[in-house]
Amino acid sequence: MANKLLSEMGLPKSIANIFTARNLLTAKDVLSLTEFEMMELLDVGFAEITSAVVRVSEIACPPYQTALSLLEQRIQNEYFAGHLPTRLKGLDEVLCGGIPFGVLTELVGPAGIGKTQFCMKLSLLASLPAKFGGLDGCVIYIDVESKFSSRRVIEMGVNSFPEIFHMEGMAQEMAGRILVLQPASLDEFTESLQQIKVSLLQHQVKLLVIDSMAALASGEFEQGPPRQRSLGWHISFIKSLAEFSRIPVVVTNQVRSQSRDEICQYYFQVQRRDDIIKDPTRFDSHLVPALGIHWAHAVSIRIVLEAKSGERFMKVAKSPISPPMVFPFNITSSGISLLRDVGVEMTGPQINAIQNQGHDDIINFGSEGLQ
Amino acid sequence: MDMEVWRLRISATQRGKLISAGYTSLSSLSSVSPSDLARDLQISENDASEILKAASHCGRLDNSDQSHAIVTGAQTAWDMLHEEDLSRRITTSCADLDNILGGGINCKEVTEIGGVPGIGKTQFGIQLAVNVQIPVDFGGLGGKAIYIDTEGSFMVERALQIAESCVEDMLEYQEFVRKKFQACQVQMQPKDFLKNIFYFRVCSYTEQIAVINYLEKFISEHKDVKVVIVDSVTFHFRQDFDDMALRTRLLSGLALKLMKLAKNCSLAVVLLNQVTTKYSDGSFHLTLALGDSWSHACTNRVILYWNGNERYAYIDKSPSLRSASAPYSVTGKGIRGSASNSKRIKMT
Repeated sequence: MANKLLSEMGLPKSIANIFTARNLLTAKDVLSLTEFEMMELLDVGFAEITSAVVRVSEIACPPYQTALSLLEQRIQNEYFAGHLPTRLKGLDEVLCGGIPFGVLTELVGPAGIGKTQFCMKLSLLASLPAKFGGLDGCVIYIDVESKFSSRRVIEMGVNSFPEIFHMEGMAQEMAGRILVLQPASLDEFTESLQQIKVSLLQHQVKLLVIDSMAALASGEFEQGPPRQRSLGWHISFIKSLAEFSRIPVVVTNQVRSQSRDEICQYYFQVQRRDDIIKDPTRFDSHLVPALGIHWAHAVSIRIVLEAKSGERFMKVAKSPISPPMVFPFNITSSGISLLRDVGVEMTGPQINAIQNQGHDDIINFGSEGLQ
Repeated sequence: MDMEVWRLRISATQRGKLISAGYTSLSSLSSVSPSDLARDLQISENDASEILKAASHCGRLDNSDQSHAIVTGAQTAWDMLHEEDLSRRITTSCADLDNILGGGINCKEVTEIGGVPGIGKTQFGIQLAVNVQIPVDFGGLGGKAIYIDTEGSFMVERALQIAESCVEDMLEYQEFVRKKFQACQVQMQPKDFLKNIFYFRVCSYTEQIAVINYLEKFISEHKDVKVVIVDSVTFHFRQDFDDMALRTRLLSGLALKLMKLAKNCSLAVVLLNQVTTKYSDGSFHLTLALGDSWSHACTNRVILYWNGNERYAYIDKSPSLRSASAPYSVTGKGIRGSASNSKRIKMT
């Protein structure tokens, strides 16, 4: 809409010609100038400029919908009213049915906690036929860290849906629906994103997984602000992909340890800062998501995976549709599963903290379990 | 001689005719009938009455300004006070926060709400879009909402949940009131709430500017809009800008238009903003995004933050309210008072 041509907006001839003469051709060109700048540039009176801007704005403005029609559309046109069920009963309940279509869902946690396991399970679920509760479509899996394992996906399938996977040829068909891309650099990733945009609509792609976003960024740049800016384009591009093809997008994020001078507070909280620094317990195993605050604003749902005193926990840390909930989980041969379907509601910023205590034990235990 | 007719909104030819016929002051037009004027000017009676209408409109403006005619269009502080008392506020559903805001989000003003990811900005946006619709009988505004979504974070499921709880609360209130008199009747269903939220999905900063330019017309066609929520004002302006000076100009233009809209249509404008980190005095601080010049753009600024285990809202800037903070919580029903606070109330 921003690039709509002025010549097709039915402006009065006289002013349309002036716009063309000054090389203002699209709605974007006009709306990027203030009214006064335009009066200078075009040498036209204020009234004419305002009425032209009103006209251009009206046409460039996207159409509105009522929230009700939005809701009805989703219920009518989409599987599970626009959700990919995770088959983790408790999680599906708090997320109103599963991973929502059209937005970014982030999994963040320390290495080995189960992010990739979760992603692979979701890929499997999305590829299942609709009568078995899947989305019956292709999955694009961008595997930045080369961690995707087809063997593991099929193992999960055989263990969680034996009735499907023991059918002749089904394993091949299901696994054939998962397309794995392994970009080696940020540039390659950028390129494949642009290709994906086209193929999402042509093929029946029902899920996009990026594992992991942080690896892409950290491979190329030093820590700090330049890195975040460099991902700015990707963030908005991925968001728009999710939205216009109405598919769920799942993205993983790594963790890093927080440095001491980094605790961030508002200036009006400053007096309390000293107390915090003196309190050394806060810094024990204090991890933060590798991609910073700009990224965090862009994801709609953040699920933190963490380890605490030998147990794994899954926390719905940011979600516009559910209260902050925590579930214990483990990883079995059939993939990720919740130990209890009734979550515990958490209060306070603890929901955002990422613990990694006694994690080694679990990983060892976990890999034994897998063998 | 004073040529008052220059101020009339009429075409140049008719003005010429008026002057050559000797009608130069407004008072000379005040006692003439349309037919007389038509004869004197040799124009149709219709045109004559149009001129008289324009003249009387102009005269009325003059009269109303006579008490303080130093500057046209000005308003005395006393009148403003009276108007402020009349203007309604939108409750946030959190009593403590309403208290420090002087009753809720004020109509006719631009209020900015910012905070870290997950603190509840979008929750506030959706809550206000629902609360603005609470009927007048229940102490609300009975208005409608415009939700401008730049991030795709509006969740219609959540809006439905919040609307359902709002209806429940109203039913409860009705029970409570019925004991005294049978006045209020809850007639709104949760789906009616959703019907009155006009949702614009905006995908670039150009579209964002376009929508805001278009709002005035849209609101004139959809009366009763009492709140405009922009969630978030930041997103597109944070991504694709190299020219920071241009960004500042566009943003301040945007802010001015929204302020004008808030005044003219007497509605509340709520802008949600993201946070960023800023390095000063040897350490990093959190601060709302879009830079220092933007921080002048809004009338009120509320920052949401974590204080220990509770969510707090802090009034960072307001011309009429003093800085204060209040706890709130985000529950299944929406924004509510802080949990620990309500426990305290129950105990006493």
